[in-house]
Amino acid sequence: MITIRGLTKRYGANTVLDGINLGIAAGERVAIIGPSGTGKSTLLRCLNYLDRPDSGVIGIGDLTVDAASASSAQILALRRRTAFVFQNYALFANKTARDNITEALITVQRKPRAEAEARADDILHEIGLSDKSASYPAALSGGQQQRVGIGRAMALDAALMLLDEPTSALDPEWVGEVLDLMRRVAERRQTMLIVTHEMQFAREIADRIVFMDGGRIVEEGTPAQIFDAPQDVRTANFLRRVR
Amino acid sequence: MHGLNIDYMLGLVPVILGYVPLTIGMALAAMVGALLLACLMAVERVMRVPVLDQFVQLFISFFRGTPLLVQLFLFYYGLPQILPVLSGINGVTAAIIGLTLHFSAYMAESIRAAILGVDRSQWEAAQAVGMTQAQSMRRIVLPQAARVAAPTLVNYFIDMIKSTSLAFTLGVTEMMGATQKEAAGSFLYFEAFLVVAVLYWAIVETLAFLQRLLERHLNKAIAR
Repeated sequence: MITIRGLTKRYGANTVLDGINLGIAAGERVAIIGPSGTGKSTLLRCLNYLDRPDSGVIGIGDLTVDAASASSAQILALRRRTAFVFQNYALFANKTARDNITEALITVQRKPRAEAEARADDILHEIGLSDKSASYPAALSGGQQQRVGIGRAMALDAALMLLDEPTSALDPEWVGEVLDLMRRVAERRQTMLIVTHEMQFAREIADRIVFMDGGRIVEEGTPAQIFDAPQDVRTANFLRRVR
Repeated sequence: MHGLNIDYMLGLVPVILGYVPLTIGMALAAMVGALLLACLMAVERVMRVPVLDQFVQLFISFFRGTPLLVQLFLFYYGLPQILPVLSGINGVTAAIIGLTLHFSAYMAESIRAAILGVDRSQWEAAQAVGMTQAQSMRRIVLPQAARVAAPTLVNYFIDMIKSTSLAFTLGVTEMMGATQKEAAGSFLYFEAFLVVAVLYWAIVETLAFLQRLLERHLNKAIAR
C-alpha cells in the first residue's frame, strides 16, 4: 500500500506540486495524464527524492518518509522500494545491457553475482534482448535501450515502479515494442505509477487514471469514467485536445 | 666546432639507460600517489565538504601557483630546518613527494572537470536504483569521468617523467644527473645532452603508444 499525503514542491515562487494526496493499492496500476508542465514528472521524481519535496509524507509499506524530517537513510530506503524508468532511458553508459541489470542487484541488494546474472539473463530473455547482453547502451537503438531500462527496473522487484513518460523520447518506430513490454509488466500486476501521453495505452493497462493540472489532482477514476465521462471541464478540454 | 663524437654517444647510451629504472620508478611512484590524491580532492571538490573544501582549494592554488623547482627546494632544503624529523629525507623521496603534490593539484582539476562532465542522468539513475553517493561515484560516475580524463592524465604522466630530471638538483643521480656527471668528465656537453634528450624522447613516445592502447580500451563502451 502506497500513500502520498500533502506532497508539495516549489521552485522559487512557482508551486509545481500543490498538496498531492494519492493512495495506491498493491498491484494497482495508475496512470497520470495531464497537460505539459503540470507537475506529473515532478510528482514521480519527488516520490523517490530525485527531487526533494518541500513538504508532505510518502508511505510505502511500513516505511514512512516525511519531507520535514527525511534522513538520508530514509531516502535510501525509499529508493530501494521503488524502481524508476526514465524518459531518456539513463542506462549506465559504462555498463553492458546485462551489467545495467545486475549492477543494483549486486551493489545495492547484495545478491551473489551468479544469482544476479541468472536473473539478468532471464530478464534479457523476457525483454527479447538476449543477443544484446554484452552490448553497451551506445550500441542499442532507443527502443532497445528503453527495454533494458524497464528490465533494470523489473529486476529490482520494487514495491512500486515509477515510469516517467517512457515512450516520449522514442522515435515512433520504437514506441510499439516498449508499450508491448510495459503491457506485459502491467499484466503481472506490478504496482505501477506511470506518467504517459499514450492515452490508448493508459486506458488499456491502468486500473485508475489520475488527471493533473496546475500541480493538483483534478480528477481521478476508472479509465471509463475519465475518458468517457470526465466530470471536470479541464479534463474534458484536455482529452478533446489530445484526441 | 668539431664533428659529433658518435662513438662517445653510443658508449653513453647504456650508461644512461642504467638510470632509466630510477627515473621511471620515481615517476610511477609519484603518479600513483598523485592519482590517488587527485581523485580524493576531485571528489571532495564536487561534493564541497565544508572546511575541507577551503583547505583543498588552498592546496591546489599553492601547488599550481608556485614552480616545481621551488617546491622541491622547499621540501628538501627548507623543511628539514624547521621539522628536524625530515632531516634524514633523501633526494629520491623528496622528489617523489614533491612531484606527487605538485601534479596532484593539476590532476585534481582535470578529474573534477571530467566528473562534472558526466551527464546528470547518470547520477540520477544510480541514485534511483538505491546506490549511495559513494557507490554512484565509484561505480558509475568515476569510470565515465576516467575515460574523459585519461588523455590529460597521461599527458601529466609524460610531463612528470620529464620533471624527474629536476631531482638532479636535489643531488639524485638519475638520467639527467648521470649525464651531467659524464659530460663534466668528457667536456662533450652537446653529445651527452643530445643522448639524454633522445632517450627521454624515446620513453615519452613509448608512452604515447601505450596511451593510444589505453584510450582504445576505455572507449569500447562508446564504440558501435
